[in-house]
Amino acid sequence: MTESSHSLRTFVAYVEDRPGVLNRIASLFRRRNYNIVSLNVGRTHEAGISRMTFQMEADDDMARRIEANLYKMVHVLSVEDITNTQSVIRDLALIKVRVGPERRAEVLQILSVFRAHAVDLGTETLTVEITGKQEKIDGLVATLRPFGIVEMVQTGTVAMTRGNQGAAARAAHTEDASGIAAA
Amino acid sequence: MEDAAKKLETQPQTTPKTLTGSEILWDTLVNQGVEVVFGYPGGAIMPAYDAMIKYPVRHVLVRHEQGAAHMADGYARASGKVGVCIATSGPGATNLVTGLANAMLDSIPMVAITGQVASGLLGSDAFQETDITGVSLPITKHNIMVTRPEEICQALKEAFYIASSGRPGPVVVDITKDAQQKSCEYVYDPSPVRLPGYRPDYHPIDKDIARAIDLIHSAERPVLFCGHGVIQSNATQELLELVEKTQIPVACTLLGLGGFPATHKRALGMMGMHGEAWVNRAIQEADLLIAVGMRFDDRVTGNLKTYAPGAKKIHIELDPAEINKNVHVDLPLVGDARQILQQILPHVKSCKIQPWLDYIEDLKGETAVIEIQHLPDHGKLYAAHVIHDLWRYTDGKALVVTDVGQHQMWEAQYYKHDHPRKLVTSGGLGTMGFALPAAIGAKFACPDDDVWVIAGDGGFQMTAAELTTCAQEGIKVNVAIINNGYLGMVRQWQQFFYGGRYVATPMKSPDFVKLADAHGLLGLRVTERAQVKAAVERARAHEGSVVIDFRVEQEDAVYPMVPAGADLHDMIRRPQSHNPIYETGEDE
Repeated sequence: MTESSHSLRTFVAYVEDRPGVLNRIASLFRRRNYNIVSLNVGRTHEAGISRMTFQMEADDDMARRIEANLYKMVHVLSVEDITNTQSVIRDLALIKVRVGPERRAEVLQILSVFRAHAVDLGTETLTVEITGKQEKIDGLVATLRPFGIVEMVQTGTVAMTRGNQGAAARAAHTEDASGIAAA
Repeated sequence: MEDAAKKLETQPQTTPKTLTGSEILWDTLVNQGVEVVFGYPGGAIMPAYDAMIKYPVRHVLVRHEQGAAHMADGYARASGKVGVCIATSGPGATNLVTGLANAMLDSIPMVAITGQVASGLLGSDAFQETDITGVSLPITKHNIMVTRPEEICQALKEAFYIASSGRPGPVVVDITKDAQQKSCEYVYDPSPVRLPGYRPDYHPIDKDIARAIDLIHSAERPVLFCGHGVIQSNATQELLELVEKTQIPVACTLLGLGGFPATHKRALGMMGMHGEAWVNRAIQEADLLIAVGMRFDDRVTGNLKTYAPGAKKIHIELDPAEINKNVHVDLPLVGDARQILQQILPHVKSCKIQPWLDYIEDLKGETAVIEIQHLPDHGKLYAAHVIHDLWRYTDGKALVVTDVGQHQMWEAQYYKHDHPRKLVTSGGLGTMGFALPAAIGAKFACPDDDVWVIAGDGGFQMTAAELTTCAQEGIKVNVAIINNGYLGMVRQWQQFFYGGRYVATPMKSPDFVKLADAHGLLGLRVTERAQVKAAVERARAHEGSVVIDFRVEQEDAVYPMVPAGADLHDMIRRPQSHNPIYETGEDE
């Protein structure tokens, strides 16, 4: 058996937008002992179709089986492992920093270095929005920590392949001929 | 299902009628070709039961919903069609759970219909409310909840299609009580189900087929594996032709038994934990394994690190998620076993493997002599003898349904099945209590078959209440209880691996003869081998169900045995020095 090491994998899946689909997928991951690093679900431009981006630690064989197991689910339209495809990968974070008027300028300067921006201002706090890869967000958090972080929230990772090509997946689910069988 | 479709072509129903959800349910089932359902009524499914009498569907009243699920399962295994069970909400639905899990692990096409509390009460912890779609999620292929009568027909059509296509499995359709009660305009729509996200059909590319043929031709020590997929894809004829052409010997998984004729000269027998010694040794020494429709379960492989180390592996399998799951294979061929064998067949030539076949014969000769069947007896009754005799006196043609444990392994070793779907057994889940209800289902699938239950005294007692179902429904099954007064397989593990401490395995049973009598059924007791033949013949001739209490040796063990996780060639063998056994019946 060829041993390949675990690495962070990014998958994109199109699923039917109906109640319980996320539960089905989460249940599959739990049952098969796949550990989710990050998961994002949201609507797409097409009615009734949601797009998921999820990341998990897996080796080559496991990544293929994750894909195959997802394909077996009736409400999963398509799955693609985009780990080795050139992609734009983003997280979004909101960070509320404890900072009064006297040091606000200093913080705003830091934000411009990270290409983050302020989205809300309190008398004693400032809320920052940043998008980017996890490392960039981690960098900003480390820089802001000495000021005091009141709270922070982060989305799951979203990803899109670069170039003209849509996720190959997208072509697959619009093909109408699939999934027809005799009753 | 095809028949139902044909009927519809000749009698098109085009005018919509106003029907209740319950009526739509039965109309759809009839259109799907359902003739029998196994179930138990209750509050949330009562509207459906009330409407049932208007439709030509036979209902079998079980004694516990687990029995209903196993009956649907047994029906599906024996017939190849979708089995249907029905239960109420809450406890009715949760009682199905073991049966669903059993069907899931063995890939059995089954539809379970459950009642649910009215849609307005969902989520309120109403009386007999259980989130059965949540509960059954990981143990079903799919499940669907229905809250409106308009959705019932479509949901059931999807359920039958999903259950029976691709790698089969159980599907739950949970229908709220108000959806059963309300009415809507309805006309059965025979058009195919469209599920954009469900694509069960895969086909290997021609280049891979060519590679498989090259591997087969260049092998010197090949072994074919016959798994459950051979039976489920109706590939038995193709497999037989492949063997006739190539002479490659065939080993079966437990669920693959019957997929290749056991009395064929190239049949090796069962592989794995309780597989014949020569089978496991042949696998370990093979240079090519061609696995057809099986999933390299841990009971089949033993220690994965030392499994068939010198063999290239071709894996013919319908489910891509099974490829490289347990055993890394050199060539996966993903698709329907029958279609793939048909693609391979025209190109294969006879293989030059006579030295390998001779070698396996030597292995057999060396080990067969210590098999219990051939050992001399001292007048006691051994389970292996009972099963061997049962095979003889039913001409090897019975439809045998086994429970789980020692008797199951002895059945696999000593009842030689030449035809598919004549052995029904719980493989993946190992569900004790499966046999009697599954046999009732199998009898409905094959009413002309000589149906035998082989069960241990422990497993039989788990679902013994279904004997009453046999009595009420007038069903003829013959029940052979291999009664050793222990939970035999657990006792065997205690003997081998737990210092002989028989904790919670000695088991008292009711008087099974009196139990049969209490049901108005015939009960017989057999304590010596000389009585086996007469008992089997009497049971077969008797009109109603028969229970035979075979009082066998209490502390016999199943040999050979590969301990869990051990190397496949590392087998515990039947000790030759003690346990002298004498042959008393005349053997051919």
